[in-house]
Amino acid sequence: MACFVVPAAEAVVVAIVKKRADKAAKLQAEALACGGANAQTNTEQKARTKTHSGEKISISKKLGWLNAMLWGGTALLFLEHVWHGEVVFWPPFLTAAANPADTAAMLYEIATSGVAMAVLVTLVWAGMAIAADNISWVKAALCKQKEGANQ
Amino acid sequence: MTLILTALAATVTIVFRFAKQKTAEKLRLGLLALMYSGAALMWTVDGFAAMFAGEPFVELQNPSVVADDAFLGICVLFLGAAIWAVGLIFKKATKKAV
Repeated sequence: MACFVVPAAEAVVVAIVKKRADKAAKLQAEALACGGANAQTNTEQKARTKTHSGEKISISKKLGWLNAMLWGGTALLFLEHVWHGEVVFWPPFLTAAANPADTAAMLYEIATSGVAMAVLVTLVWAGMAIAADNISWVKAALCKQKEGANQ
Repeated sequence: MTLILTALAATVTIVFRFAKQKTAEKLRLGLLALMYSGAALMWTVDGFAAMFAGEPFVELQNPSVVADDAFLGICVLFLGAAIWAVGLIFKKATKKAV
């Protein structure tokens, strides 16, 4: 009925957290750059070594994956809800919100299916993030991509 | 049927993403794979919810429902591809502008 609302809300939160992580990383890079030529060279060298060995992928990039999964899933589920007439483009937008009995069922679905969707996507993302750092061929593939993007 | 089509599309894009890395990187196929995967996971939950309500996990008995779901699945795949294409064009445009 409106289960995609929960993943959408999580996507908004993740987008904000990602923005903050991006900003923090940028500030850190700037601070390191201001620390002198030697410090910069060391940082560059460290970053290059990290990329080659594929030690870790930044949290910002990982949050980007979660964001894509949540926004993508929400957009596609939104289409499904429009298709089935559960979402309309005029108030109250959710057809179930028109009468109290349907509203109760909708809220129950949001609380059960919606939350389960958000939890499942987050768990799979956590698994992906762990795999990206620990499974060699995944690490290698993602680092290759990273190096390509840096060039 | 929508779940089956989306899961299939997610699998294909994930395999392509890791098999042809250079092309996948150029086309940002990771984004498409993540979008389809997210939707497939969400519909899996929907399937379990239907199962708990006494309905089948995926409706394959009623031909009209199957046909409707299949058509919806194709539209969903097109929407995903459209979002991905717009993202790709936008990224290229911003790169050119910089």
